[in-house]
Parts: sequence; C-alpha cells; structure tokens
Amino acid sequence: MSLDFKPGEFSDFFRDETFRGDFTYRNSPHLIRRFPFPFDRDDYMYAVNMEPHVPGRKGTAFEHILDVDEHYVAEMIDRAQVLAEDPLRCQSLPHMTLAGWDVLEFIMETKARDYPHWFTLERDGHRWRWINRPLGIDHSFTFLDESTLPYGPFEYITRQTQGDWTLQDERDGTLWMDAGIATSQADWSVDFDVGMNFHEWHAPVPIAHDLGVFDRALKFLLKLQHGAPVRRFNWTMTVNPLLDTAPETYPRWGPMRTTLTPENMGELMHLRVELQSLYRLPRSNAIAFDIRCYLARFDELVTVPKWARRLHRVVRDIHPDLAAYKGFLRNRDMMTEWLSRHDDGAPTSPGWWPED
Amino acid sequence: MQEMTLTPVTPTIRSRPVYAPLEPRAGRLHLIVADGEGAEAVAEMIARAPDAAAMLGAAHVIYCPGPNGTDMADRLAALGAAQFFRAPTIPALLPRLQRVLADAHMGTQFYLAGTEGLIGQAEREIMATGFPVGAIQKEHRGSTVRRVQCVHCKGITENVATDPFRCSHCGLNLFVRDHYSRRIAAFQGVNIDAEDPGKAPPPVVRFG
Ligand code: HEM
Repeated sequence: MSLDFKPGEFSDFFRDETFRGDFTYRNSPHLIRRFPFPFDRDDYMYAVNMEPHVPGRKGTAFEHILDVDEHYVAEMIDRAQVLAEDPLRCQSLPHMTLAGWDVLEFIMETKARDYPHWFTLERDGHRWRWINRPLGIDHSFTFLDESTLPYGPFEYITRQTQGDWTLQDERDGTLWMDAGIATSQADWSVDFDVGMNFHEWHAPVPIAHDLGVFDRALKFLLKLQHGAPVRRFNWTMTVNPLLDTAPETYPRWGPMRTTLTPENMGELMHLRVELQSLYRLPRSNAIAFDIRCYLARFDELVTVPKWARRLHRVVRDIHPDLAAYKGFLRNRDMMTEWLSRHDDGAPTSPGWWPED
Repeated sequence: MQEMTLTPVTPTIRSRPVYAPLEPRAGRLHLIVADGEGAEAVAEMIARAPDAAAMLGAAHVIYCPGPNGTDMADRLAALGAAQFFRAPTIPALLPRLQRVLADAHMGTQFYLAGTEGLIGQAEREIMATGFPVGAIQKEHRGSTVRRVQCVHCKGITENVATDPFRCSHCGLNLFVRDHYSRRIAAFQGVNIDAEDPGKAPPPVVRFG
C-alpha cells in the first residue's frame, strides 16, 4: 500500500513498529510509567466516571490535551492501511461537514501550540498552512472550502491524529453519532452505529443501563460547554497488540484469543485502555468524542508493583457479564492465575499513579 | 384485543424501534405501508377513525404479502382507499414508496404495519426525505423473522428465522446480536465460531 504522507523525520523518537503481522509494538521501558493505568482502586464497575480534561502531570499521558507519543507515526500508518482495506471505517453524514471543520481547527491549534517542533499552523484569514513534520505533510488550503483538501475535513485531520473520533449532533434532547472514524476500536462498528443516538449505540452494554449510568452520563454531556472538555476511562483486554479490533475483522483476530497459554501470557495479553475526551465544538455545537487507545502487555505492566497487584484483583473479581462483554471470559481464569504470581497481597494506595 | 395480536418483542433491546398500535390522526395525506398481517392493524385503525370515509378518501395504501406468505391484499383493497397498490415483495414495493414520497407534503401522516423488515425499510425511506420522526407510527404484526446485516461482509440476509444462521452472502455462521440500526434497517450478525472454528451450535428457530 502506498502512503499519502512521508514519515521519516524524528525517527529517533517515533518507533518503527507494527500492530499486525509480526506485532513489533512495544512501550519503551522508560515510558511504561506514562501509561494511563485506568484503575484507581482494586475493583471495577461501570460508573459515570467523568472529570475535567485539563493538562495533568508532566511526563504522563495527561500532560497535554492531545497526547502525541512514540507510537504516533506507526499508528497513522496502521490507520491508512485499515482505511485502504475498508473505507466504511470512516463515515460522515452530510450535515456534519461543519463539525468536521471545527474538529480540524481544534486539533491543528492544539497540536501546534503544544508540540511546536512537530506541528505548525499558519493562518492568513481563511488561507491556512499546516505543517506536520513527523508525517512529512506541508499543505496549504482554504478553511471551510472542502475542495482544497484531499479528504473531507474530518477524515483529513483524523488520518493525522491518534485515537478514534466520533462527532455527535445534538437534537431532540439526545446526541446522534453522525460521523466517526474507527480503526483502533474495541469491537464496535462505526458503519453500523452511525446515525444512532446515545442510548441506541450503547444498547449492547450490560448492566450499565440498569444502573442509570447512561441516563446520567447523557444529562451531563448535554451541558458540556465549549472550552471545558471532560474525560473518562474505558478499558478491555486484547490478545496481541492489535489496534484494529473491529467486528468487521473479528474472524481474523478472534482466533488469536485461543493462542494464549500461561507461558506466553505476559507477552501476548494486553491491557487496552481508552482515554476518552469530549469537546463541545464552537460553530456546529456538535460534541467531539476522542477515544484514544493505549496498549501495554502484562509483562510491561507488572514492572510496576502497584499496578501488578491491582490488575490481578480487578481481573479476579470482575463481574462475569463484564468479562464476557469485554471478550476475555474464556481466558479469565488463566489471566488471574498468571497475575496472582505478581500480587503479594500488600495493600495498594488509592489513585492510578504508579508511584503513589 | 389489540394487545393480544400485537407481535410481542423483547423490550430489552434499546436500539430497537418502539412499536405501538396505530392511531388515526388528522392529516392531509395518509400514507399507509404494510405487509402480511399488518393489513389487520390497518383495518382496525381505520375502523377506529372518527371519520373513516374522510380518512380513506385521503389515503394511499401500499401493501405486499408477508415473508410467511400471508396475503391480505383483497381485504385491504376492499376498504376503499383513494389509492391502493399491491407489490409482490418489499423490494418491489420500495420504488413506489419513493415516488409517492417525492410528492408528499408536510402534514402527511405515515402508518407502517407488519414485519420489522418492512417497517424498517419504509421508515428509512421516509426519514431520508426529511419528514419528522413524529409523523411516523409503527405497529409490528405477524412474522418476527429478522433482517440481518453481516457485520463482516455487509450483505443483508432477509427473513432470518434461526439463530445462528448462515450469511447468504459470505457463508459465515452468524449469531443475531440484539443490536439494531435504523440507518441500515437491520439487526447485526456476528460470526459465532471464529474462536472455535467448525463448532457453531446447531441453529434454533428463534424468530417465527
Ligand atoms: C458521545 C460520546 C460517546 C460515544 C460516541 C460512545 C460510544 C460507545 C460505543 C460505540 C460503545 C460500544 C458499544 C457496543 O458494544 O457496541 C460504548 C461503550 C460504553 N460506553 Fe460509551 N460512548 C460515549 C460516551 C460515554 C459516556 C459519557 C459514558 C459514561 C458513563 C459511556 C460509557 C460506556 C460504557 C460503560 C461502555 C461499555 C464499555 C466496556 O465495558 O468495554 N460512554 N460507548
């Protein structure tokens, strides 16, 4: 497959790695501790876990509003491969173009501000020049004029941005997923879900509806203000560092779950964390939802003693309906057994930071 | 009486449309689309109309037999709507509906009755022309067979009665996930034996 960008610059920082085939994806040892470990206590159940999305600790995934890490270039190559194989992974209903421009502006401004050595945005009225050095892109275009971009604005910018993104239109007291790109998703189909509302696309989730989680979460989101984004975690488990675990390709990656053994557990089993952030957009009033996927294999995670203890307890005690929904029920006992060897039973401190 | 003939549906699928008995409403045009046993729902609704003659005088009825073979076209035609059309199948019915929609004015009331496949596809056409959801009523009657999209190959298999079933396009064994897309007007089918090839459970009739 040919790429329409030219990576190469900063190759000492951005890893040359794969999320398929030979699976060379790794977290550099000195960067494991920046992993956004999602458990702030020793057990887990669905909740309305939202907090303001403000820049956090230096040297963590929370330092910047949009985290660009050592996997950026490899993830963008993987996304281009997925989209070449299946263009239905990116959809935008016709009335979402303005929201696409909103999100393009937001991403360009934010990256150029926080990573000026990698990204530059020059503006002269509606004539914009965007320089993305890690991907070798230098492009002048007219803001709000689609004919000056090689893709629609939403696809153009999300092909250069880690994380799956969806855009929600607000109508009739709910949110409608009327655009989305998903190439690093935890087993849901953007093609199937586009056009659904908040309760509809969440239909398959167990337990949470009855806990009132979605009613409260929607109420909260409808009040979201421009300039005051929020974030939350979601997580699951993935055998092999697969970014693309789409239902579309499940017959290809599903069988990998059967290859797990106690011997290869630390290498193959990955905690998959989604750092999700939500932004009200200024012109369209739509809400952008960024689902940023982080992967760390068990071997990497258990180098942090607090995380090792906690991960064991969460997996051991999780509600079976959640384990089934997340797709690891068949391996859960083996995972618990492996993790128990890294849990000495000592108490853990509250919060998700590795050192506290 | 009404409640007893309404097809019972599991209420737990939150992405699935909500069905309720059709109620006559005031409107400039009554566009009625039905298949199979949906004809009974239409006849009962008209019988409840305060001024049935006036309603029929502004009604366009489009009908096809149900997937189980139920054909009540004669009974519907005998109601005496201003326009009546019988198509042999849903795909043959849709071009007529599209043509009628092209001229329909705001103030048109829509009544859909019968199988989920018919209701879903008709609703999708109506919504594509920009009519408000509030103008569309839906009553599920008759067969509960499902229209299912294979999430892998994207092909749609009509009239699925068993779970699991074989995708009529790519041949994978699919289970019918309780997840419904109005845009596609179909439930989602997902490969059931990907993790245990060749070990799909035997098909069980779940939808009649
Ligand atoms: C507009 C923003 C949001 C979008 C587009 C979105 C989308 C999704 C999708 C597509 C799924 C997968 C459903 C499936 O199985 O097919 C999901 C799962 C879920 N969502 Fe959301 N969601 C949003 C906001 C939220 C919020 C604010 C909450 C807060 C409680 C939430 C809680 C959940 C939970 C608990 C799950 C199950 C995840 C798991 O166990 O793996 N979502 N969401």
